[in-house]
Amino acid sequence: MQKITCEMLIDKAVSLLSNGTVKSVLGWRKGEFDYDLTPSLFETEEDLKNNFCYSDFSGANFSKYLVKMTKNTEGKVLVFLKPCDTYSFNQLLTEHRFDREKVYAVGIPCEGMVDINKIKEITGEGISKIDIDGETLVVTTLYDDEPQKINASEVLLERCLNCKSKKHVAYDELLGDEGEIIDSNRFDEVEKLEKMTPEERFLFWQNELSKCIRCNACRDVCPACTCEKCVFDNPNSGVENKAAANSFEEKMFHIIRAFHVAGRCTDCGECSRVCPQNIPLHLLNRKFIKDINSFYGEYQAGEEVGQRAPIVDYTVDDLEPGEVFDRGDK
Amino acid sequence: MLKISLNRIDEMFKALSQNGPIYLPVDGADKKARFEKWEEGKTWSKALNTERSAKDFFFPQMEDIVKFKTEGKNIEIIDIRSEKEDYVIFGVRPCDVKSFEILDRVFLSEPVDSFYKSRREHGIIVSVACSKPTETCFCGVFGIDATEPQGDVSGWRCEDALYVRANTEKGEKFLETIGEFTKECDETEVLAQKEKTKKILDKLPLKDLDTKNFGGGKTNEFFNSPLWEEMSETCLGCGTCTFVCPTCQCYDIKEFKTGDGVIRYRCWDSCMYSDFTKMAHGNPRLTQTERFRQRFMHKLVYYPENNDGIFGCVGCGRCLQKCPISMNIVKVMKRMGGKENE
Repeated sequence: MQKITCEMLIDKAVSLLSNGTVKSVLGWRKGEFDYDLTPSLFETEEDLKNNFCYSDFSGANFSKYLVKMTKNTEGKVLVFLKPCDTYSFNQLLTEHRFDREKVYAVGIPCEGMVDINKIKEITGEGISKIDIDGETLVVTTLYDDEPQKINASEVLLERCLNCKSKKHVAYDELLGDEGEIIDSNRFDEVEKLEKMTPEERFLFWQNELSKCIRCNACRDVCPACTCEKCVFDNPNSGVENKAAANSFEEKMFHIIRAFHVAGRCTDCGECSRVCPQNIPLHLLNRKFIKDINSFYGEYQAGEEVGQRAPIVDYTVDDLEPGEVFDRGDK
Repeated sequence: MLKISLNRIDEMFKALSQNGPIYLPVDGADKKARFEKWEEGKTWSKALNTERSAKDFFFPQMEDIVKFKTEGKNIEIIDIRSEKEDYVIFGVRPCDVKSFEILDRVFLSEPVDSFYKSRREHGIIVSVACSKPTETCFCGVFGIDATEPQGDVSGWRCEDALYVRANTEKGEKFLETIGEFTKECDETEVLAQKEKTKKILDKLPLKDLDTKNFGGGKTNEFFNSPLWEEMSETCLGCGTCTFVCPTCQCYDIKEFKTGDGVIRYRCWDSCMYSDFTKMAHGNPRLTQTERFRQRFMHKLVYYPENNDGIFGCVGCGRCLQKCPISMNIVKVMKRMGGKENE
């Protein structure tokens, strides 16, 4: 479904490696199946040609890896950024989390990435092969004689169904168009939650968060979570915990995390994409984004480098805390 | 062999639940199966396996161990363990059943973990054979036959009936308690299902994964391999693989101040975490590469070295499905394991 092909990215990477612009390439490495790509560092043409893969399964956002990769590597690292990834990239730069000089960013257009779980809901288990033919995914399973055809638009990742922008807000070079900010329905689910009674909403989150196994994947993948030592990992913080001792602690981790990334979360959706328990964690962050928008005016984290989030930027026009409180009654 | 009509299975669960809790895989709102306590209205999931493994029953993610209460200069030590009642874990898949043996070797060897032991003794395991294995399954690599599950009672879920056979005394007693729901039968349907499943097992993409390059005595061969750094370079350091794993058994013991005392509890730990095995002198594994290596060396070298060559993996495939970066034991075995695995 992607307009840009894997070969185009390999050619770009090989040429930037061979002309010395970059020393390494952050990309997706082929897996055991057609869908299990692993983020990886490539340093040779041979490795790129044999193992680099870009497909509808290249969902991983590489921005956060730059914090580590720019520390460890000599020379520049080439990173391929989809539009949503560029917002995380800018936000990290705003927070001075990596050295921009050590990165060569190539913006690549994205038609949306697909969700293997949604594919399996349609085809059943036992996927042995997925061929991508334009908009169509041709899925072969161990159980069917004939492959099943699925339209990629039916199995998009949640964040891609509600894509907020096809615009690249950061890059050194673009493959394809810069793209545009698009209309999305990303707050619809939040509105549904807002319409619930407090009891219903509590029950909703209780059900979802009780599934949490505290693997910390949401935090560890989150480009806004780049603390050197998270309070939840720090024995000296007083709130360190590895497992929820009760239903309060089940919620505490996620609520504190949502507060901590409020105003910095770009809504990249990685948290929900990686959650092994399928908890719709992005809805917590989206609620904060929606509230910030309605209290302080439209704000998109990561749109520009150096912007100040409304909640850390005092202006005399800021609304009074009482106005927020009163809204709770309505 | 005995059979139970699937039409009467809910009735059977109801009858069983009178004697004690029965846990079985139930589909949630997200269409994924998890073990839940049976109650009216809950139905047995057809999913291949549960999101979390069945180890939770014997080795829960969090449990209180002991409580200390202080009053002046006195400290009272309170044993807070509760008497465990008999319970049934129904519908455990062959891989997860095998994982109990791996956990037993850790928790039931000296010094015996009495918390684990009590839960293990009170639990009755009713397994069920797989009939629709998926591409991430590789239990056969570790000698598990997905069509021949173990446990106190083995089960085969066919079109209209569940076929069962007791393997232990406990299992026989269990089948007696559900005597009104069972009737004698031959094995024709079970054999037919086994044959059909075996054809699929033969087609599984990971069936030829080779373990012969791993095992005890291989520490020096693998420990300093430069490949660990390459394989772990994008590892997030989250605990997903260890927490969905049916055989990961590491835990931490922590204390919680209650105001008038302390509760000592234990919870799952993960070798992926930065403070794993942190001691007074510091942390023996300072980088994610070392922590990543620990997990796979434990499963493929250290565990078999200490346990008669048995590997610390049952091939359930949960880590393949759940790792945020799709890095897993299969990829490690293929990368490290020489020509046979290429």
